[in-house]
Amino acid sequence: MDSILSLVIWVPILAGVAVLTTGSDKNAVLARWLALAGSLAGLLVAIPLASGFDTTTSAMQFVENTAWIPAFNIHYHLGVDGISMPLILLNSFITVLVVIAGWQVIQDKVAQYMAAFLIMSGLINGVFAALDGILFYVFFEGMLIPLYLIVGVWGGPNRVYAAFKFFLYTLAGSLLMLVSMIYLYFQSGGSFDIQTWHTTTLGMSAQTLMFFAFLLAFGVKVPMWPVHTWLPDAHVEAPTGGSVVLAAITLKVGAYGFLRFILPILPDASHELAWFVIALSLIAVAYIGLVALVQADMKKLIAYSSIAHMGFVTLGFFMFNPLGLEGGLVQMISHGFVSAALFLCIGVMYDRLHSRQIKDYGGLVNRMPVFAALFMLFAMANAGLPATSGFVGEFMVIMSATQVNFWFAFVAATTLILGAGYTLWMYKRVVFGQITNPHVEELTDINAREILLLGVLAVCVLGMGLYPKPFTDVMHVSVVDLLAHVAQSKLP
Amino acid sequence: MSLSAFLPALPEIFVLAMVSLILVIDAAVDDSKRYLAYVLSLATLAGAAFLTVRDLSTMPVLALNGLFIDDPLSDVLKLFLYLTTAVVLVYSRAYLRERGLYKGEFFVLALFALLGMMVMISASHFLTLYLGLELLSLSLYAMVALQRDSSVATEAAMKYFVLGALASGMLLYGMSMVYGVTGSLALGDIAIALQDGTDLRIPLVFGIVFLVAGLAFKLGAVPFHMWVPDVYHGAPTAMTLFIGSAPKIAAFAFVIRILGQGLESQVGEWRDMLIILAVLSMALGNFAAIAQSNLKRMFAYSTISHMGFMLLGILAGTQNGYGSAMFYVLIYTLMSLGGFGMILLLSRAGFEADQLDDFKGLNRRSPWLAFLMLLLMFSMAGVPPTVGFYAKLSVLQAVVELGYVWLAVAAVLFSLVGAFYYLRIVKLMYFDAPHDTSPITPSVDTRIIMSANGLAVLAIGILPQPLMALCIHAIGASF
Repeated sequence: MDSILSLVIWVPILAGVAVLTTGSDKNAVLARWLALAGSLAGLLVAIPLASGFDTTTSAMQFVENTAWIPAFNIHYHLGVDGISMPLILLNSFITVLVVIAGWQVIQDKVAQYMAAFLIMSGLINGVFAALDGILFYVFFEGMLIPLYLIVGVWGGPNRVYAAFKFFLYTLAGSLLMLVSMIYLYFQSGGSFDIQTWHTTTLGMSAQTLMFFAFLLAFGVKVPMWPVHTWLPDAHVEAPTGGSVVLAAITLKVGAYGFLRFILPILPDASHELAWFVIALSLIAVAYIGLVALVQADMKKLIAYSSIAHMGFVTLGFFMFNPLGLEGGLVQMISHGFVSAALFLCIGVMYDRLHSRQIKDYGGLVNRMPVFAALFMLFAMANAGLPATSGFVGEFMVIMSATQVNFWFAFVAATTLILGAGYTLWMYKRVVFGQITNPHVEELTDINAREILLLGVLAVCVLGMGLYPKPFTDVMHVSVVDLLAHVAQSKLP
Repeated sequence: MSLSAFLPALPEIFVLAMVSLILVIDAAVDDSKRYLAYVLSLATLAGAAFLTVRDLSTMPVLALNGLFIDDPLSDVLKLFLYLTTAVVLVYSRAYLRERGLYKGEFFVLALFALLGMMVMISASHFLTLYLGLELLSLSLYAMVALQRDSSVATEAAMKYFVLGALASGMLLYGMSMVYGVTGSLALGDIAIALQDGTDLRIPLVFGIVFLVAGLAFKLGAVPFHMWVPDVYHGAPTAMTLFIGSAPKIAAFAFVIRILGQGLESQVGEWRDMLIILAVLSMALGNFAAIAQSNLKRMFAYSTISHMGFMLLGILAGTQNGYGSAMFYVLIYTLMSLGGFGMILLLSRAGFEADQLDDFKGLNRRSPWLAFLMLLLMFSMAGVPPTVGFYAKLSVLQAVVELGYVWLAVAAVLFSLVGAFYYLRIVKLMYFDAPHDTSPITPSVDTRIIMSANGLAVLAIGILPQPLMALCIHAIGASF
């Protein structure tokens, strides 16, 4: 099959359209099953990407290339390498979980809810698979529309503010990127092909300006300090499924942009301005870690923890060694599992008590022992406990940072303390202690559907923590090739 | 001159004959047969389209002693003009009937305006340009004032007329100065006369200033935009729909004919003027639109910003730029039709759905219409995969090609501001609860056309190549 990537993109989108046609909530049951079938189909068609992947080459695989808009030499050009392939699988996998997570909770406009997630899933796959700048941009921006609706329609009381802030922040970032892409189009002699851009020579001032344009676009998405403020708002207001996708997937889109655009297209500016990104990353790790410590709202706490963890990813990328880059990538995948699991856990509690405030809980373990055990695992993974996936990436990044500069590693390592601090403290206050809130007394433990959701993620977290080699094997060749590419100057 | 010399102008002649016929027929029938004018108008458009398609030109043909030109550009623009006018008629029918405006006059005036626009598009001479423009403008003034007992509409018509007359005066003054410098009114001769420069620079530049000011008036570019919000707001929505759609295509042709063809060699003079107009229009249009609570007014300001964006393509002064501006204006027309059409659809007897709040909770009342409006709004905001994005992309690349990267940056920043108020409509439709729950009952034909209109925004967005190629071809073959 030569069109696996097209299937990966279009199966979820078409499934989403099919779900939409079920119409009103009278057919909610049908919409749910259709959405589940669609998301499973999306995951199934993505599996050949992993099974047929050649880990010995850094070249793009499963390539599709047809002219799309010949007037501007824009191509429908798809392909994956070891960097993007795992992300597509992660996204297709998370989509299934999100559909299941919304099964009972969402009772209003079910078809639209499910369809929005499926369509967004297809668009995000497109982001990771696109090898044409404009095609990338179309997917990159297009995914904002469903996410805007998800936050705004099914979100909490302050959802309108959060949806606007989220949309305008990300749009602001990406518009300058669009201008940069058009500039690259002319510099590369009339091509929007990303791989052509990788070999386009560029002067230093042009590289520097474009570096900041791209940095803004992807930095907002990651999000990096100080353009991170939309994320806590969006997370708090979004429904559980929205938070899961935001944390697990869309943040990765930003980090992915660093590897596909900033490093290979602007290597000289990247080296020159590495200190800037490293500084922002370290601030994110240390300062945002402290901010997370004082949060009273669990979702906000996890949102800040996400920012801190993503700081690790960008830090690893700008160490310019294989260990750091791979560490960052592993951290991305791991954070996808862990943050998804944590938001699902909060969703489980919120569905029962309709509160996300830490102070409303306490003593949960007495009523929900199974849940408490699973929650414990994810909390540990978030704190970076060895044998969980959270440890692998952080350890690799800290190792690589020590090779570059002791103090980078020193500041980065504070995350091990801070992360343990905010996560476990929250866990302690929520799960242990005396039951003070009478409503907690009436709680029931998680049902089979929720056990399935969290159990699958628990397997992923432990599996990746104990044996990360399959992941690093897939990435390794592409990462080495990328670094070799970044080491070459592109100054004219 | 033999009869065959008139052949290139056959569509215009046909429309004129049909308008006269409709005028006579409508005067002779009673109220129960008003639909005759409607049906005949649609038939006129179909007939004109047939005549235009039958005689598609592959290269420019001058006719009627150089007054009239028939080139691929004019063919393409005219075909879109017919389509736009037909959609306007379909959207407006129910609205007009409910307000007692379903009269022959509306159709006659619309067709006269159409004729004026066709003449503008095919003009190759200052005289025909001006005649076409006046025919269009006078018809529009009368259309706005058609609702006689509405003081708002009358005021809008008055304002439109006075400012429009002023703009026409400026245009004429500019034309006379260019005539003084070049000794000709024919655009082709003007271009030749100016090719090697002229000693009379000062009068020429003065002439260009007045021409550009007049054009800016007609386009509604800042600082000559004052009439736009008042006219859009005050006119009955059906008239606003018409004013906000088809004339933009004609105005584009008008600008291209004068600046792109007649004064092509003076691009260095008029480019800077257009830059100022474009930047001011995008800035003021987008910021002022935020403050509006009336949807028609908001769209008026949004039009101003869109015209500013379109000017970016023209000021590039290259075929690439003209092609992208043409693509932009056609796409804008499509979106504008949808936007105003939606207001018409939601309005009913005694109720104008022209407040932002009237769109509250539309997703609960009619998910399909809300979805179409969502597509239109994201398209106006320029968010892919809707077609508005490609319109902006093509204009931006023309500007960057010219080396004006800062202008492209300014343009995208202003469109970010614009995104806010389009998003607000989506917010009203999807996030808020409806405060008006009366059923929405558009007729089948409007429902179909509206669906096609909204989906076209998505479909052309997914496959923009044919329309883009058409624009590039039309411009390339006409220059």
